[in-house]
Amino acid sequence: MTQLPPPKLSQLSRTLELFRSFQKPLFLRLSKLKRVSISKSLLIVCFIGLAFFMLLPIIFLFNNAFKPMNELFLFPPTIWVKEPTMRNFEQLFLHAGAAVVPFTRYLFNSVFVVFLSLVVVILVSTMAGYVLSKHRFHFKGLILSMIMLSLMFAPETVAIPRYLIVSSLGITNTYLAHILPFIASPVAVFLMKQFIDQIPDALIEAAKLDGANDLYIFTRIMIPLAAPAVATISIITFQAVYLDIEGSTLYTTKETMKTIGFYVSSLTINLQNSVAGQSMAAAAALLMFIPNLIMFLLFQRKMIQTMLHSGVK
Amino acid sequence: MNNKSLTLPAKGSHSSPGGARFVRRFRRFLRECWDSRLSYLFLAPFLIAFCGFILIPVLMALLLSVTSFNGFSFPTFIGVHNFIALLTQDIVFMKHTLPNTFKFALIVGPGGYALSFVFAWLIHQLPRNIRDYFTLALYAPSMAGGVALSVIWIATFSGDRVGYLNNILLKLGLIETSQLWLQDPKYLMNIMIIVTLWTSMGVGFLAMLGGLQTVNTELYEAGRIDGIKNVLQEAYYITIPSMKPQMLFSAVMAIVGTLKAGAISTQLTGLAITPSYSGHLMTNHIDDYAFLRYEWGYASAVSVVLLVISYLVMRFCYRLFAAKEGE
Repeated sequence: MTQLPPPKLSQLSRTLELFRSFQKPLFLRLSKLKRVSISKSLLIVCFIGLAFFMLLPIIFLFNNAFKPMNELFLFPPTIWVKEPTMRNFEQLFLHAGAAVVPFTRYLFNSVFVVFLSLVVVILVSTMAGYVLSKHRFHFKGLILSMIMLSLMFAPETVAIPRYLIVSSLGITNTYLAHILPFIASPVAVFLMKQFIDQIPDALIEAAKLDGANDLYIFTRIMIPLAAPAVATISIITFQAVYLDIEGSTLYTTKETMKTIGFYVSSLTINLQNSVAGQSMAAAAALLMFIPNLIMFLLFQRKMIQTMLHSGVK
Repeated sequence: MNNKSLTLPAKGSHSSPGGARFVRRFRRFLRECWDSRLSYLFLAPFLIAFCGFILIPVLMALLLSVTSFNGFSFPTFIGVHNFIALLTQDIVFMKHTLPNTFKFALIVGPGGYALSFVFAWLIHQLPRNIRDYFTLALYAPSMAGGVALSVIWIATFSGDRVGYLNNILLKLGLIETSQLWLQDPKYLMNIMIIVTLWTSMGVGFLAMLGGLQTVNTELYEAGRIDGIKNVLQEAYYITIPSMKPQMLFSAVMAIVGTLKAGAISTQLTGLAITPSYSGHLMTNHIDDYAFLRYEWGYASAVSVVLLVISYLVMRFCYRLFAAKEGE
């Protein structure tokens, strides 16, 4: 904060600059203006190239998903699809329906699991974030430091104990095995707490004076005000759950209980030596990507808004 | 005194004033806990899930790491034998896993982190109305995730002439025969690194974008007066110190991302163990011992080592980015 200059000084510098610019001849001023816009537009052009480069796999994915079989075997291989076809999706939904477990079952499992996890995670994290931010109680410091520590927690590192816990709870081969491991999300609680921190206490005080109880404050004031953070949490959770394959590979043995992530990964594992499977796998992978994309498009602004407060101090 | 002896008669019969104060304090503590019961109730679902799926698993990993456990019979205590074996007898670990992990983590972690900062910073220089599109473009690969994109990587790095990379390189005359990118131990590691970097603009990247918006713009003017000449100096002296908290958060996210990235080798090659261990990372090593060999005690020891390493890295990041007094 010490570096913050007094407002007068900045105003002074601005006037000085203005003054200096007026001293210069007109064409110099114009050229300066032009140079700025040139560097900006150069940056934009570079960025368009970069964005295209980063998007290459996605573009590729889209094209491959709509490629008919004969285009896969073309030589030299092409990225752009010439005659887009919906056959891959048809095959996925109809042909794969004749297999032991239809594709729609995986899809349904995923949608069901993701939906339930979203609701539960949002509720649990918002409740925890609200209390951690606005209430005072014992062990708060301890809990907060545990959350900070577990921000870096990656479930992959302790797969065995998690498996032991899931199996000892007796929830293998149920939807709970997909949902329960995701409920405690330190990142979600952390983001929520940080966001609620900047909601003024006076608001809650005022509501309390008007006779609102904690439940009312939570449901009618906190959740609406924390909407950006809720959106962010849903994006993060959606991605984590929807792309997860741990639940399907470790906690479930029945094929009917596995999710679309597992199905796609099983398609890709057989992909090493078969070109023919590529487009169907791409179609399935695209179906994995699209919901994520929609979620992000809906909440992008809100997500950045939440990230303003994501700092760890 | 009366109250105290009512609640704790056994202790209260011959307690000193100090003991009485302790008991009173304890009662006050309990009352305060009871008064904030609603807070605990709100926190309970999270805490239960947190204990069940994060805290207890970590503690269990610690316990299992000093046992020999095959998943079926009861674990037997063998002390630090697992760790000694890890350091002295595990040739694969010393020869492949550790160097691989270091190479991978050192490039993907700081590299991905630096890339996210540079891209976030560049995006911030763009006009506000087109920022969102570029954010989306950079964030999209991490949204698709490893599973969905491996479809594309396998086709791109396919070993025959129809593979996209082979085709392009052959056409340019950079290689003479098509290369088995994913099967050749020479290339696999580098491909894993590239592919992971591609998807590393995740939550940390967004956090940095958010952080850049929090920087006080008046500081830039002040900096110009103080003699900052170019944008690089501006970024180093003003932008980064101002957004330290977000830098720290995204550093933590980068650690998590690097930890999680181990599965990419399996997704690329379709094999649990990569050809001559060329893409073997710590997480693969854990999976190998856990789910192929069923030596769960030993696998837990490896995961404890991994947890400790990542904890130390996080401490280091905190040291690096912690807000100093007076800033």
